[in-house]
Amino acid sequence: MSDKKVLFNVKGLKKNFGDLEVLKGIDIDIHEGEVLVVVGPSGGGKSTFIRCLNLLETPTSGDIIFEGSKINEKSTDVNKLRQRIGMVFQHFNLFPHLSVLDNMTIAPVKLGLKNENDAKTKARELLKYVNLSEKEDSYPNQLSGGQKQRVAIARSLAMEPDVILFDEPTSALDPEMVGGVLEIMKELAEDGMTMVVVTHEIGFAREVASRVAFIDQGVIAEIAPPEEFFTNPKNPRLKEFLSKVL
Amino acid sequence: MSFSERFTQNFVDEQRYLYLLKGLGNTVVITIFAVLLGVLLGFLVAIIRTSHEQNHNLKILDWLCNLYLTVIRGTPVMVQLLIMFYVIFASSTNKILVAILTFGINSGAYVAEIVRSGIQSIDKGQFEAGRSLGFTYSQTMRFIIVPQAIKNVLPALMNELIVLLKETSVCGYIGLMDLTKGGDIIRSRTYEAFLPLIAVAIIYLVIVCGLQALAKRVEWRLRASER
Repeated sequence: MSDKKVLFNVKGLKKNFGDLEVLKGIDIDIHEGEVLVVVGPSGGGKSTFIRCLNLLETPTSGDIIFEGSKINEKSTDVNKLRQRIGMVFQHFNLFPHLSVLDNMTIAPVKLGLKNENDAKTKARELLKYVNLSEKEDSYPNQLSGGQKQRVAIARSLAMEPDVILFDEPTSALDPEMVGGVLEIMKELAEDGMTMVVVTHEIGFAREVASRVAFIDQGVIAEIAPPEEFFTNPKNPRLKEFLSKVL
Repeated sequence: MSFSERFTQNFVDEQRYLYLLKGLGNTVVITIFAVLLGVLLGFLVAIIRTSHEQNHNLKILDWLCNLYLTVIRGTPVMVQLLIMFYVIFASSTNKILVAILTFGINSGAYVAEIVRSGIQSIDKGQFEAGRSLGFTYSQTMRFIIVPQAIKNVLPALMNELIVLLKETSVCGYIGLMDLTKGGDIIRSRTYEAFLPLIAVAIIYLVIVCGLQALAKRVEWRLRASER
C-alpha cells in the first residue's frame, strides 16, 4: 500500500454545523487504487466526511490535500479539482430534463474536455459497462432506482476521475436493486479505481474494501483491513456496532 | 332598431371597426414587447437574488432588486403608467413606448418572483450533482437548474402573460388607443354601450383562450422527459 501514490491526505479535519461539532479531527491518507469503506452509526459524521473531500461541505479547520494541492484554500480552483473527483449520491441526482446519454455527456462537453462525438462514444462504452446500453435515450424518470444509480456511476466515470466518492449509494434502493449496483462497484474496484465508499453494506466492505474505517462521534475510531476489522475489532463501540449489523 | 342595424351602426358605419382593429394592434404590440422585457428583467432579478441567497456576494445588487420588487409590487400599475407618462417621460410623445416600458418593468417584478420560486423548487441534490461534476455556480445554474426551473414555472409564466395582456387595458388613461379604448371610443360615438364593449370582451377572451391552448401544448412538450 505505502508504495502507492497518496491521493488524499487529510489532516485534522474538523467540521462544525453551528455549535454542533460533527467532525472532531479526522486524519487519513487515501492511496491510489485503494477502496476505503467507511461505516459507522448514523449521525457519526460519515457523510460529512465524504462530502468534505470534494468540498460540498466546507471544512471548519484542517487540511485536505488532493494530488498535492490543498483543496480547502481560497486560491485553489475547486471546479478543476472536482472534475477529477467523481461523486455518486444516495439519491442519484440524475438530471431529469436530460436523456441518459446527455446526463453523461453534458459535463465533459460543456467543460470543454471532449467534443460531442468523443463524449458520446465514451458514454456508450460506459453504458455498456453498467449494462444499460439500451437505455441511452431514456429519461431518468423512466428508470428503476438501481438503473438510475448505475447511470449515476457511469456519469461520474464519464469525467474519467481519479477517485470516486460514494455517499451511501445503495441506501435509497429497493433490496432487489442493491446487488446490481454493488456488482458494478466491485468491478470498478477490480479495475483499479480509487474509491471512498460510505455504506451500510457490510458484505461489500468485507469483500471489496482495502481498508474499512469506523467513523463514530466525529473521529475515525478504528481503521483496518477488512479481515482484521471484522474478526478482531478493538474499539468497544465498534464491537457494539458490529454486533448490531452483523 | 334591429340587431343587424345596430351592428352596422357600431362596427361598419364610418369604418368604426378600425377602432377595434387598431386598438387590438396596439394591445398586441405592447403586450409582446412588455412580456419580452418583463421576462428579461425577471430572470435577471431572480438570478441575482438566488445567487445572493446562496453565496452572499451581491449585496448592493440584491438591495436594488429588493427595492425594485417592493416599489413595483406595492403600487398599482395604473399609477405607474401615469407617473411614467406625465413625470418620467413627460417630454416623450411615444405613448406605445411608454406603455411597453411601464408594463415590462411591472411584469418583470412578478416574473422575478415566479422564476425565483421555480429555482428554489429544484432539489438541492441537482445543484450538488452539477457542482461535483466540476461545473461552476453559474454553469450549474445555466445547464442544470434554470432549464428545470423554467419547466416548473411555465404555467405561472403563461398566467403572468395573460394577466399582462388584460392589464394593458388601462392604457386609455394616457390617451393611448388600445383595444379597450377603441371599443370605448365607438361607445362614445354611437351611444351604444353593449355591442362595442361585448366585442372588446370577446376579443380578449379569444386571445386568452388561444394563449391557454398554446401553454398547454408547450407544457406537454416540455414534460416529454417525464413520461
